[in-house]
Amino acid sequence: MSAALARLLRDPVSALGLGIVLFAVVVAFFAPYLAPYPEDAYESHLLQRLRPPSAEFPFGTDNLGRDILSRVILGTRNALVVAVSVVVAAMAIGIPVGLVAGWRDNWVSDVLMRLTDVFLAVPQLILALALGQLMRPGIETAMVALALTYWPFFARTVFAETRRLRGALFVDALAGIGARPTRILLLHVLPNALPAVLVRATIGMGFTILTAAILGFLGVGAAPPSPDWGLAVAEARQHLPEAWWFPTFPGLAILLLVLGFNLLGDGLRDAADPRLRRSRR
Amino acid sequence: MARFVLRRILLALPALLGLVVLTFVLSRVIPGDPAATLAGDAATPAQIAEIRAQYGLDRPIWEQAIVHLRQVLTGDFGRSVFSGRPVVEEIAFRLPATLELTFAALLISTVLGVGLGLVAALDHNGPVDHLVRLLSVGGLAIASFWLAIMLQLVFSMELDWLPLRGRIDPTLGAPPDITGFLLLDTLLAGRLDLFWSALRHLVMPAVTLALPGLATIARFTRSGVLEALQKDYVLYARAAGYGRFRLAAIYVLRNAITVTVTQIGLLFGALISGAVAVEAVFDWPGLGTYAVQAILSSDYKALLAVTLVVGVVYAVVNVMVDVAQALIDPRVAEEMS
Repeated sequence: MSAALARLLRDPVSALGLGIVLFAVVVAFFAPYLAPYPEDAYESHLLQRLRPPSAEFPFGTDNLGRDILSRVILGTRNALVVAVSVVVAAMAIGIPVGLVAGWRDNWVSDVLMRLTDVFLAVPQLILALALGQLMRPGIETAMVALALTYWPFFARTVFAETRRLRGALFVDALAGIGARPTRILLLHVLPNALPAVLVRATIGMGFTILTAAILGFLGVGAAPPSPDWGLAVAEARQHLPEAWWFPTFPGLAILLLVLGFNLLGDGLRDAADPRLRRSRR
Repeated sequence: MARFVLRRILLALPALLGLVVLTFVLSRVIPGDPAATLAGDAATPAQIAEIRAQYGLDRPIWEQAIVHLRQVLTGDFGRSVFSGRPVVEEIAFRLPATLELTFAALLISTVLGVGLGLVAALDHNGPVDHLVRLLSVGGLAIASFWLAIMLQLVFSMELDWLPLRGRIDPTLGAPPDITGFLLLDTLLAGRLDLFWSALRHLVMPAVTLALPGLATIARFTRSGVLEALQKDYVLYARAAGYGRFRLAAIYVLRNAITVTVTQIGLLFGALISGAVAVEAVFDWPGLGTYAVQAILSSDYKALLAVTLVVGVVYAVVNVMVDVAQALIDPRVAEEMS
């Protein structure tokens, strides 16, 4: 594992990805202290509406006179919390499904994998929209919908790994000395599948941030006055072309954070699977 | 080959059937009481009961499931709560707009993506290669709705080069309606002025939608070409004196392209998803804007229909991709049967 980490850091592009992600985590953690006007998450100042970027407001102000830099910083926390919750929830569903379906060839395994196919039969955003509409629109609904559409990717990944490992010699040996299937799966198969799961999770973080931003933009995710990036871009549309800075900076924040997770995910994939490094040369 | 196609179609059916069941179960389970949700917050118990009877929600659940399945199979999705028109009619009107946009985006991303991927691989570790790599990483991280707005800001609002929104200039009169694909219809009717207008309207939405796909295709083509370049037969052809580009065109690209074709199938889902946001920004009268409108007006029949139609389109495209793959590389067909 530490060898893999060293390999990861040697690649400047992956190190950059890790840097961006760590930076975002720090910003999210200390957001209320870093933001110049932390009260702008909720308060509006109608006398300073739509000011262009200046020393006082480096990213300008929005339609309610709120400092955009502060809201971008405060929004980092929202974006990361949403992404982590969605990915963790998706893992909680997908990993057990993959383990159980991959271990045996019986009807349970068939049913589980067909169910996975059903969820993959529609593009994620469409399914998330459909699910989101059936519940009450809002950020919690969006998160549940995203988790319900992302778990099949974990199920597929863990399924493939379990299938690969169940015939391995060490699994036979464990079964031979009387280890129960649950023990073999949780303590031996799962740890071996973790690198693949980790890669999936990292890429899923980027994907979730993007999709959650789309939901926010469409008005079915975060609701005002939340400092959500996608929502900010949507609010900015009525004030174009005059207030170019209003949609620009929240959008750049999305770009940077997703870029960080994607670069890190690529790097992790290469570090976890040396066979793939060939194609990157 | 016919057997392969048939087999592939049969394989797609269970997932689609499952989707029908899933949407049914979810629409009954999640809202708690769908009739109350449909009636809204201010409804009286009598109104809720009326809606329940109207939608058949007072029948046993298995009876509802059979009715639902029969409706879906016969294409009867009911009437839109929002407009009062049959959902099928509205979707039939909007599907071509979305397909035109997605196909245009697919064309742009495939042509440019394969081209850029090939050039990058031939310039391995050179400046072009690094540029393409940057583009392919950035293209996947950019939010399509944001890119769309930025393009509008620059090319419509500031420079005034391209139209801001819509599918065609309404002042030119109603476009001919033959297939629903405007580029095709305007050409068939011989209206070049309308064709030009439709094409200009298509540029920004298609480019926005194409970028993530372009990034993915460039990336997979690049690694496919790099891998193919290592093969013995390429080494042999090189030794025999073939030039770089001739080599790439004849020996390398065809072997590298199977990976790319698989990606196109996967991409289509991303394109449809992306189209929702892109259509919303450009007021493109497609399924995406319809879906958003359906959500905002709690039109659950319309949204259910969109979900199923997208599922079917998605399945059809994936079958087509598998067939295309089998045509390019006969080994794929053998593996699958």
